[in-house]
Formats: sequence, C-alpha cells, structure tokens
Amino acid sequence: MTSPNTRRLAADAGLLAIAAAFVLPLAWVILSSVDPRADLTVKVPDGVTLDNFDAVLTPEITFTPMLNSLLLCGGGTVLTVICAALAAYPLSRFRSRLNRPFLLTILFATSLPITAIMVPVYALFVQVNLIDTMQGTIFFFAASQLPFAIWLMKNFMDGVPKELEEAAWTDGASSLQSLVRVVLPLMGPGVAVVTVFSFVMMWGNFFVPFMLLLTPEQMPAAVSINEFFGNRGTVIYGQLAAFSVIYSTPVVLLYVGVARRLGGGFALGGAVKG
Amino acid sequence: MKRQASGPPHPAFRAFTRALPLTPASVLLLLFLAGPIAYCAYIAFTDLQLTGQAEDSFIGFDNFRTAFGDEAFLNAVWLTLVFTVVSALLGQNTLGLALAALMQRASKPVRTLVGGIVVTAWVLPEVVAGFLLYAFFRREGTLNAVLDWLQLPTQNWLYTLPILAVSFANVWRGTAFSMLVYSAALNEIPKEITEAAEVDGAGGWRRMWHITLPMIRRSIGTNLMLITLQTLSVFGLIWVMTRGGPGGRSQTLPLFMYEEAFQKSMIGYGTAVALLLLVVGSLFSVIYLRLLRTEV
Repeated sequence: MTSPNTRRLAADAGLLAIAAAFVLPLAWVILSSVDPRADLTVKVPDGVTLDNFDAVLTPEITFTPMLNSLLLCGGGTVLTVICAALAAYPLSRFRSRLNRPFLLTILFATSLPITAIMVPVYALFVQVNLIDTMQGTIFFFAASQLPFAIWLMKNFMDGVPKELEEAAWTDGASSLQSLVRVVLPLMGPGVAVVTVFSFVMMWGNFFVPFMLLLTPEQMPAAVSINEFFGNRGTVIYGQLAAFSVIYSTPVVLLYVGVARRLGGGFALGGAVKG
Repeated sequence: MKRQASGPPHPAFRAFTRALPLTPASVLLLLFLAGPIAYCAYIAFTDLQLTGQAEDSFIGFDNFRTAFGDEAFLNAVWLTLVFTVVSALLGQNTLGLALAALMQRASKPVRTLVGGIVVTAWVLPEVVAGFLLYAFFRREGTLNAVLDWLQLPTQNWLYTLPILAVSFANVWRGTAFSMLVYSAALNEIPKEITEAAEVDGAGGWRRMWHITLPMIRRSIGTNLMLITLQTLSVFGLIWVMTRGGPGGRSQTLPLFMYEEAFQKSMIGYGTAVALLLLVVGSLFSVIYLRLLRTEV
C-alpha cells in the first residue's frame, strides 16, 4: 500500500501537469499585454511597459465599448434579477397546481441551445423595429438568462424559513412588502449569486449583441474586440492582449468575489444537483 | 381592515393575486423566448430571404429536403458530432472527472491554485478565450514553440486540423464546469465507503470503477447532458478562431446556420437548420428532465 503522503504528492504532480497546459494561454495574454514587442508566442518580455494599455485606453477602443457593455449587461441583469425574484416568490411560498409545470418548463428552457434561435430572433426584431436597439438587446438578454435565474432564486428562497415572514404578515405586511423587507435581505448571498452569475454570462456573450446590434457606436466590448481582431494583417498583439485583460478583469473579479463568499462550485450546487 | 370585514377573498381571486408576481417574467419569456421559437418553427417552412423578395411563401419541407441533400450541411452535422464527442464527452467530461478525483487527494494549496486556473479559463469572455487559443494554435504560436522545444514535429494546426484545434479550445474553456459538478458529487460520497473498500484491498482504479462511478452516476448523466447542450450551441469560440474555415473544415451547425442565413441571405433555410438544432437540444433537455425528475 502506498502511503497517503506519496499519494498526495502524486495527485499534486498530476494536477500541476494539467494546470501547466491550462496556464499557457493565460500566461500569454498577461505577458503580452506588458510586452513592447509582443507576438503570438508566450515568452518573458524583454522589458515591461504600459504602452499597450496606454494605446488602447481611448474612447473609441475601450471606454465606449466598455460603457456599452455595462449598460447592456447592467440593464439585462437588473431586469433579470427583479423578474426572477418576483417569479420565485409564489413558486417558493405558495402551493399551486401551476408550480410544477411552470418549474419544469423553466428547467427545460434552461438547457435549450439559445444560439439556435438567434436567426429567428433577428428576423423578428427586424419586423418589430427592435433591431439595433439597446432596449431590445437588454430584453432578449434578460429573457435568455431568466429561466436559470428563476430556478436558482427559487432554490435559494426555499432556504428562508417561512415563519419569519408570517410574523410580518401578522403585522399587516403585503406579500410584496414581506418579499422586499424580509425574504430578500435574508437571502442576500443568493441574490448576489444570481446577480453576478447573470452579469458574467451576459458580459461574456458574443453572439447576442453580434446579431442584434448593428451600429458601431452601440457595440459592447464582446463585439468590438472581434472587430479589432478582424483585420488580422495589422493586429498589434500587445494592444489586443491589453484590451483582453481590461475586458476580462471585471468578470473574473466578480466571480472570485462571489465564489469565495460561497465556497467552491457555488451556483452549481443548487442548479445541477445530480 | 376592510378586507376582514368583507370576509376572506374568493379562492380563485386569491390564486390570481398570488400568481401575479409571475407576470413580468412570464411576459418576457413569452415575448422574447417562446415567441422566437414559435416564429422559428414557422419561417423554417418558408423561403424567407433577407433582400430582393417581396413576400415569403410557404414551401413545406423543402428547406429540410434541401438540407439533407446539401453536402455542406451534412459536413456541418458531421463536424458538430466530432466537436461534441471530442470536446464534451471525451475531453471536458473525463478531464473534469480526473481533475475532481485528483483534487480529493491533493494538498490544499495545489487544489486552490489549479482550481483557480481552470475556473479562470471558464469565466473569461468567449471572445477572449477564442483569441487566446487562436494565438496558442497559430503556426507561430505557443503550441508549436513548445513542440519545437521538445523536438517534436510542428504544423499549422488551424489549417491542418481546425476541428481538433477548436475542440481542444472548447475543452480548455469548458472543463471547469465538469470539474465543479464532479467535485461536488465526490464530496458527497461518505468517506467510510471508500475507506472500507480500501481496507478490503481494492486498488485506486477498482475503487473508482466499482464504487465511485456507480455512486455518482446521476451526476455523470446530468453533466453529460448539460455539456452536450452547451457544446451544441458554441458559436463565438469557433468564429473567432477559424470563422468555420478553412473551407468549412471547422464549420459546425451554428456557424453553418449563420452563414446560410446572413452571408447567403437565406433566412428560411438558416432557420430550418436552427430548428433542427432546437429539436436535438429539446430531446436532450427532455432526457435531462427525466434524470432530474425526482428533484422538482
């Protein structure tokens, strides 16, 4: 029998070997972003420079697309979280014959390939004049994220004991008041998870804004980076790497914040229990 | 106070007010999700085009007949199959399980570090991931530099093996999901069971095969279902890396759908392809629901 120590070392070595393969592309983007002569190979830069960041921190390249991303994903997230909180309340609190079919439909929709409906959504948006509008894109973002958000929110809400709310009801609070004043504050971490998860999903999504927005001034970073990269002959890799770092940092930080607060595979516990 | 005076509200009225908070979500879902799906089911049977056409007309199953006679479509179906099997079923699933199993035994700092790296690849925006792996697989990229250093033959991966390059990219990006699912599942296995097997002399592989895998089979089913569905709808990653090329050799169904609908302006035809994807996705979703049926 091998000793636990040997086994731990073997496991550590195996993990580090796999991680080495995972880390190469990440190391490339970070090193290239500060490398004055970045190319496509990962290497230690000859000197460290912030010129790449300087060059991309302009209104056209960084600020406008990032602001657009913030508007789109912020708007979509707010809408998703409000609608999901409202919808989860009756599903979690009251018994009704409608609950089960509703939840099953939601779960079914959670796993539909949304990519597949982008062509009809485009065709539909042209007909109702929502194409190339921020609000249309926000509505679609919210709708596509809602099934999962409702499902998560309901699971978190189930964890808040009903007795606390009954006290509020006796004091004459309406359902809406008890939702806002009692239930939501008690499930703060759950709301944070739904919010961050929705935001991260929208922030990284490329296909939805790529299809639904047309004017360059409205493009979020997800699409503008692709334009940047589109004419490949003239790409300045250091700048593209710097922009990738700027664009990715918010979601990585948000994720780390939530994951640390809830430990490990946070949202998945409630979502894909098997 | 008034309500008490007039007695308890009628049950139907109460059911109605209780269901009221469901309205905003339901309206959004009906208008922006169910609506497009229904519209998809309709235009898939028309010859709708983007330009130069006064009116679309109903053409029945023609789009589907065209598709199954279209070599480019059959090529996309085949590539989608390769992409899904290689990147999801073989790649993400087994690598995710291996990572989770190793993490059970590894020391805490290594576990945290490796978990952090793998999860970062997952959290990165789709386009950034595509761009990083484009750089990795390019002729002058990191992979060839490493191979060169190891004295192994190099090649232009994005040209010679584009579908494998995008499959590996999807493994890089998606493995964290399986890793998290399996870590959660393995943590729920009571220690006594594996310890008892160990005392009985079962080696690592036998314990994995006869005890651990049967105990987490529901997680395996759920995970396979979900990663298949996620992989079926990957667009941005492949688009950034290869645009589906060269010569359609990494063109999976979502990219084929996009090209037919927009570059060739055949919205009806593109939507027929989308409908097929949705039907396949729905079948997987139904199996997934059956796996979970005791949970709702």
